[in-house]
Amino acid sequence: MLNLLWILLGGYGAGILLPLCLPGRPASQRLTTSVAAIVATSAGVVLGLLGLTASEPVTGSLVSTIPLLTLEIRLDSLAAFFVFMISAVGLATSIYAVGYLRHSEKRASTAALGALFNGFLLCMTLVILADNAYFFLLAWELMSLLSYFLVVTEHEKAEVRYAGLFYLVMTHLGTAFIVTAFLIFFQNAGSFSFEAFRHPEHPLSEGMRTLVFLLALLGFGTKAGIVPLHVWLPYAHPVAPSHVSAVMSGVMIKTAIYGLIRVYFDFFGGQFPWWWGFTVLFLGAVSALLGVMYALMEHDLKRLLAFHSVENIGIILLGVGAGMIFQSYGLKELAALGLLAGLYHTINHAMFKALLFLGAGSLLYATQTRNMEEYGGLLRRMPWTGFFFLIGAVSISALPPTNGFVSEWLVFQTLFLSFQIPTVFLKLMLPIAAAILALTGVLALACFAKAFGIAFLAQPRSSHARHAEEVPVSMRIGQGILATLCVALGIAPIVVVPLLDQAVAPLTGRSIASKILAIDGWALAPGNVEFSSLSTPVLALLLVVSAMLGLGLAVALGGRLTIRRSKSWGCGITLTPRMEYTATGFVQPIKRVFSTIYQPTVKLETEFLIESRYFAKRRYFEFHIEPIFEKYLYDPLVAFLGTLADRLKVIQAGGLHLYLTYIFVTLIALLLLAV
Amino acid sequence: MLLTIALIAAQTTVLLAVSPFLVGLIRKVKARLQLRRGASLIQPYADLIKLFRKQPVISTTTSWIFTATPYIVFASILTAGLLVPTFISQTPMNFAGNIIVLVYLLALGTFFLMLAGLDAGSAFGGMGSSREAIVASLTEPAMILAIFAIALTNGSTNVSTIVHKTALMEDIVTDPSPHLMALAALFIVALAETGRVPVDNPATHLELTMIHEAMVLEYSGRYLALLEWAAGLKLAVFLSLIANVFAPWGIATTITPAAIGIGLLAYVVKTAALAAFIGVIECMFAKLRLFRVTDLLGVAFILALLGLLFFYTLRS
Repeated sequence: MLNLLWILLGGYGAGILLPLCLPGRPASQRLTTSVAAIVATSAGVVLGLLGLTASEPVTGSLVSTIPLLTLEIRLDSLAAFFVFMISAVGLATSIYAVGYLRHSEKRASTAALGALFNGFLLCMTLVILADNAYFFLLAWELMSLLSYFLVVTEHEKAEVRYAGLFYLVMTHLGTAFIVTAFLIFFQNAGSFSFEAFRHPEHPLSEGMRTLVFLLALLGFGTKAGIVPLHVWLPYAHPVAPSHVSAVMSGVMIKTAIYGLIRVYFDFFGGQFPWWWGFTVLFLGAVSALLGVMYALMEHDLKRLLAFHSVENIGIILLGVGAGMIFQSYGLKELAALGLLAGLYHTINHAMFKALLFLGAGSLLYATQTRNMEEYGGLLRRMPWTGFFFLIGAVSISALPPTNGFVSEWLVFQTLFLSFQIPTVFLKLMLPIAAAILALTGVLALACFAKAFGIAFLAQPRSSHARHAEEVPVSMRIGQGILATLCVALGIAPIVVVPLLDQAVAPLTGRSIASKILAIDGWALAPGNVEFSSLSTPVLALLLVVSAMLGLGLAVALGGRLTIRRSKSWGCGITLTPRMEYTATGFVQPIKRVFSTIYQPTVKLETEFLIESRYFAKRRYFEFHIEPIFEKYLYDPLVAFLGTLADRLKVIQAGGLHLYLTYIFVTLIALLLLAV
Repeated sequence: MLLTIALIAAQTTVLLAVSPFLVGLIRKVKARLQLRRGASLIQPYADLIKLFRKQPVISTTTSWIFTATPYIVFASILTAGLLVPTFISQTPMNFAGNIIVLVYLLALGTFFLMLAGLDAGSAFGGMGSSREAIVASLTEPAMILAIFAIALTNGSTNVSTIVHKTALMEDIVTDPSPHLMALAALFIVALAETGRVPVDNPATHLELTMIHEAMVLEYSGRYLALLEWAAGLKLAVFLSLIANVFAPWGIATTITPAAIGIGLLAYVVKTAALAAFIGVIECMFAKLRLFRVTDLLGVAFILALLGLLFFYTLRS
């Protein structure tokens, strides 16, 4: 396995260095970065699978005389799961990038993009592998910085610079919380090694534990995009190049989920009061619902997908939070089920979200716009992209028998099994969370009916869409790999569940794969077969057979099919694309029903003909959704910090001597404090 | 194995055969209450056969989604139908999925129907899809909570297991209030999901009111036949669900010819009674404005939630 690790590191290293050694030859730069990334990610996929099936964690370290440079790595089954996920998405996106980057050759440096992309993937892998707080934070910070540089690839646009800055500030805010949490651990354990965090000589005091819980939640929550810390996500993810968006939305935000599980279940050994789990569950429910609601109102396809990441992080946290609640009541098997459901959704979301972002990238590639209202009719112009996007849309809408459905179903079952918890409050709260999940699921369905329907169906709405062409083969292969994985993860829980169980078992101390897989693995049955069961292979079979039956009935009762093609009925006039339902119109009823959340402002001005007020000459329509969190939380905070900075201006004279004096005074004060 | 396949085939046949009858019965009851004679009960069958034989006209703006949708909708609803017991309490496909699967299978059909509505590029289809989106999003949470309130008393979320246990008088419910509330909620959900008054009106083609009819407006010939049949199937699925979960009277708990005979008879009688009741409701109420539908579905959600609350407070 160590050999694989070297291949992985070497691959990424080559991907970072080689393109920089080939100046002025963008085509070969593009190819070398992609090939290097493909080699490294393939090694990562195998490494992840081997790690998941290995009985013992693999460890290794680079020792140094400077303690902070001691780099320890550890590949346990949880880490292996995330390495597999990062590498699988990395592999598909690297193949995709071969074609995709061709069109940005003139606008950005291919060498820099390729090197940064490889570095980004490498840092994410190192975050997962790190077994040392210092090393972890180093990789975490590098991951954030490299992704910032990738976000601002098109830095000549003001919108992109704003998004980049926003991201940079938020991610550092998050990192500050994580650093503090780790420093508390360090102070207690006396070492940066995670092993010392796990088994400290003296356990942390109750107050400190609570503090670490909150700090980790805030810190990792910022990266994951939990509401209300999600605000940067819909700015930063869309403006990056699409294959980078896919990696950011698909896997980078999952490193935060990894961090949360690592801290709560590994460092704390799964010992915590029930309200921790409830807090996570509550934030999950809020993120899921608000994420999908804001996504519905979005007509920039990539921003829409970014908001869906907030939603799906929420769904993952519903599983993890429920698992934590069960864990604190000693219901270990249910805790394992909740974690398993959360991790299953983590990998599923990685696959379908990356797929959808690649699809959005293909649309951008073909039409040069992200605005959905300018798409239309693309399924006929781009059949492959359309088909793959449809698979992604069906998966993210959690429709059977795809992967999104299996994991959402498992989350549902986890929440339903809440009747085993002794307190009535939680017994009631978890089913309500299930109802919120149901609402989230249907709204996601509506959102993707909108996204797919407006983008790919009916008549082209602009000349961009009318002249769109199918994307190059490499881009189709990238999407195809992810689409296949989406279907496979849905049809074959029999393979996935035991692997996930490997990752979950060490954390909760219970192996549940054999209990969940009923009827020789054909069905999933959390709890017991009597309580609930699901068999996606049988469902898929039934769906196919029923569709054949429909076809058979049609042939038997109707005979040979002759089709006449004609125009859509338009009440006597010829339909133009301007008469089609728009994305804005499609979601209007939802906007109206949930107006308390959206607080929409609509401006409608009509200019009438002078002759008659019955005929409008021109109408002007504008509508906005109130960005509640930005308006009521972030703007006041920024304003407060602004005034504070203004006040502090008096001590900022700009002279070097003055600052040296400040440092000196502070040092003395600290020394006095220490005494 | 052979028995399983035979039972699946029997269930499919029953569902396919009964659904046009139920649609016809609702129309008949409505007609009689409005002092009309109404069409014969076999009219829906004749309509289906006629539609199957007609040449379909397909819009030039559509893609393969439009022609695939009728099959997908038909398949998803029929598959959902196999999870719900009709005349025997233990359906062979019980293990394939529980109530969540049922809800999401129906959602699969809805999703493709919404896409098909948008595909023809006319405003009617888009309008139908858009309205369907809001109605569906409000019904599903209520449905899941309602069924969960029932599931708790029976210790199962698999419909067939719930029915079988109730039919065998296992776990007799001490207090019926959670069930009553869940029944009321589920009935409202059924009206909304099957596109009945007061949520939708299947008998109209007025653009102000139609939801389901707007989505299928561009369909003709065999495609329309499949969609009409699927709509009937959906009605049958919901009526079977309500009839058998709350009143599993006469359902066959064993596989003997006599039990199956009684089960079939009881099934037809029970669903017919529910269908007649829907006919009465359709005569007594006017269709609600779209934005008043939310209130009705809100009531369903609250009822289901109260059912759950009652269950826990009565237990403890």
